[in-house]
Amino acid sequence: MKSPLARWSVLTTSLVLALTACAKGTGGGAAPVQSPGQFNTGAAFQGTISVMGFGATDEVGTARVDKAKAALGGADVKLIEGDLDIQQFLSSVAAGSPPDIIYANRDQIGTFASRGAIVPLTACIQGEQIDTSMFNKNAIAQVTFGNEIWGIPEFNQVQITMANARLLKEAGLTIQDVNGSSWDKVTAAAKKLVKAPGGKVQVIGFDSKLPEFLPLWAKANGADLLSADGRTAQLNSPAVVKALEFAVGIYDAQGGFAKVKAVRDSADFFGKGNQFAKNELGAMPMEQWYVNVLNDVSPKAPLAFDTFRTPQGQPLAYSSGSAWAIPKGSKNAAAACRFAKTMTLVDSWKAAAQARLEKRGQEKKPFTGILTGNVKADEEIQTMLTTGGEPWDSGVKAFYEANDHTFSLPANPADAEFKKAWQDAVNRVLNGQEEPQAALDKAQQEAQEALDKAWAGWTKRTN
Amino acid sequence: MRFTETRAALLFISPWLIGFFIFTAWPVINSAYLSLTDYDVINDPNFIGFDNYVTLFEDPKVGLALRNTFIFTVMSVPAQLVVSLGLALLLNAATRASGFFRTAFFLPKMTPPVAIGILLLMLFNGQNGLINSFLAIFGIDGPAWTTDPDWVKPGLVLMSLWTVGASVVIILAALRGVPQELYDSALVDGAGWWRRTLRITVPMISPTLFFLFIVDSINALQSFTEAYTAFFGSGNTTYSNDAALFYTIYLFQQAFEFLHMGYASALAWLLFIVIMAITVVQILLTRRFVHYEGGQP
Repeated sequence: MKSPLARWSVLTTSLVLALTACAKGTGGGAAPVQSPGQFNTGAAFQGTISVMGFGATDEVGTARVDKAKAALGGADVKLIEGDLDIQQFLSSVAAGSPPDIIYANRDQIGTFASRGAIVPLTACIQGEQIDTSMFNKNAIAQVTFGNEIWGIPEFNQVQITMANARLLKEAGLTIQDVNGSSWDKVTAAAKKLVKAPGGKVQVIGFDSKLPEFLPLWAKANGADLLSADGRTAQLNSPAVVKALEFAVGIYDAQGGFAKVKAVRDSADFFGKGNQFAKNELGAMPMEQWYVNVLNDVSPKAPLAFDTFRTPQGQPLAYSSGSAWAIPKGSKNAAAACRFAKTMTLVDSWKAAAQARLEKRGQEKKPFTGILTGNVKADEEIQTMLTTGGEPWDSGVKAFYEANDHTFSLPANPADAEFKKAWQDAVNRVLNGQEEPQAALDKAQQEAQEALDKAWAGWTKRTN
Repeated sequence: MRFTETRAALLFISPWLIGFFIFTAWPVINSAYLSLTDYDVINDPNFIGFDNYVTLFEDPKVGLALRNTFIFTVMSVPAQLVVSLGLALLLNAATRASGFFRTAFFLPKMTPPVAIGILLLMLFNGQNGLINSFLAIFGIDGPAWTTDPDWVKPGLVLMSLWTVGASVVIILAALRGVPQELYDSALVDGAGWWRRTLRITVPMISPTLFFLFIVDSINALQSFTEAYTAFFGSGNTTYSNDAALFYTIYLFQQAFEFLHMGYASALAWLLFIVIMAITVVQILLTRRFVHYEGGQP
């Protein structure tokens, strides 16, 4: 007769072995090869396709979803709303029950592709005859990994310079002093615009929008944070270090980042009490969608717009945005491909723009445009714009001009760690813990280690 | 008879047992296995032995996160106990509207932790926050609580006092259990309020204080939501602060942002061992100060 201890040991060990044997995903290896024959422009679909990460919460979404439903020829569309939950998505792929299509940030595509969570769209593009030449080349670059396209670009985001015209005028400045075309002028303008009686900042002169806009300042200084092949971090190159020193120096010239951030944090960013409306901010580079927010909530705010510019005077913007991708194990990849194609067609975008135009007309507000990843759609939508008078027309003109002068970071398999490395470095500098060179040296090492490991994993999976 | 009773008891607690095995025991056992693998959620775990544990000791951020967590725990647990005890003593002495005050002290506990994180950024705003505005009344130029690495943790500790309501209620219940005869005897002997509190109240409620000391310590060592919301999870900025990088935040980043689930599992097991060791040390060191009416349990 065995002792209770022995019985329990055997039972526990058996249980552990049994349970841990289940501890694996259903993934593994590279994504399966698909053939163009699976995808056919003439096919009609039945059932329901599930879409994760996309909510048709406005007329731009619903107009295109309606078009996509019609194009499916009978199949229904189930939207799993809210931003894409990476854990939920990856778990569903591992469990073998993923959604049919996902709506992701373009910078996530490389990571998903390298781990085999999504499938390449080469066959989908061929079978559904998707014209990839109509997409913004930087947007396509962000979803191209290992020489294949893994996502269909959707919206696009760019940055422009936004300023408070009244504060500029009072300080004897113009938008050209704060658009980045001269870094000395930007620093001088920040000092002129800042108001800090008794050391308490009441008006931020210039917000260089660190940490998030380091790639923009670095590119303006001629540097890319990552090599074109996505394999080599270039975070501690002299041009990046100089860009960081400059952008942090702007805060130092206004009393330090802590004081600027305190004012920034207490602002009603999306409301009527935003920093421009309350004359609490001189100027900053910002994404183009904020023009629409400002136009909505504070149409009488004294604003001035221009593109963000390099020290050579050229417009420059960092392109980011979203894309459609098909998960590995999608039950209805062909329908998902049709859905992605239709959502990003020129006609669909025009229908969405028309819906927005009508809604804005009812509200007696101007239609300020939609930036998409589709160059042809952008051209068409641009002809539909309605004037909002100044300064809004200048704002819209600026972001369309910026859209023609974009750059992006290439897809890579360690995007989250790469970003975390440089953002942590910038934060350590902003918090006064490290100097720019030391912080970026450390970031370079962390980022390169992460990239090397992730690329090695990709090589192992594909060989 | 005994077997029948045991079977019935097991049957009655079976819903809990099933839940425990599926949602607690299995993930715990599974994570022990995953800690020995390279696992990214999608692909099969690749067994790598103790490599993740070796990496733990070479990763400077593990040291940083542990240091941050220990400092926070050492500051927050005594602060919470002292404030809870003080408030409970006040409530115990209150005769009028004591029910109202009990509710008022407990209500903040109902605030979702995410909201507390947001509240922290507003209350402790270096320029316009209530805390610095209050300090300014006395001519004190308050610190940059949300950006200065030296002040981030003290800010989080002060914010943790927001939720002492539950501890206050528990201590209050213990205070109500102290026999009145002891106070009466002490009064006859001429003992003042301070001496009665120190010699009667604290010893008599020491088992409760000891329980809260252990539980608060474990909670502090696992602290996550408030610091994450305030310093790592904000939607429209990528600002973060190393001084608030608690161990569980780093674990979360490794698991769900970088998809290093194997490494995150090893991190989780290290935390489990650390908490267990600290708890054992706490029990050994403090039990001599705990008074049990019926003797040591």
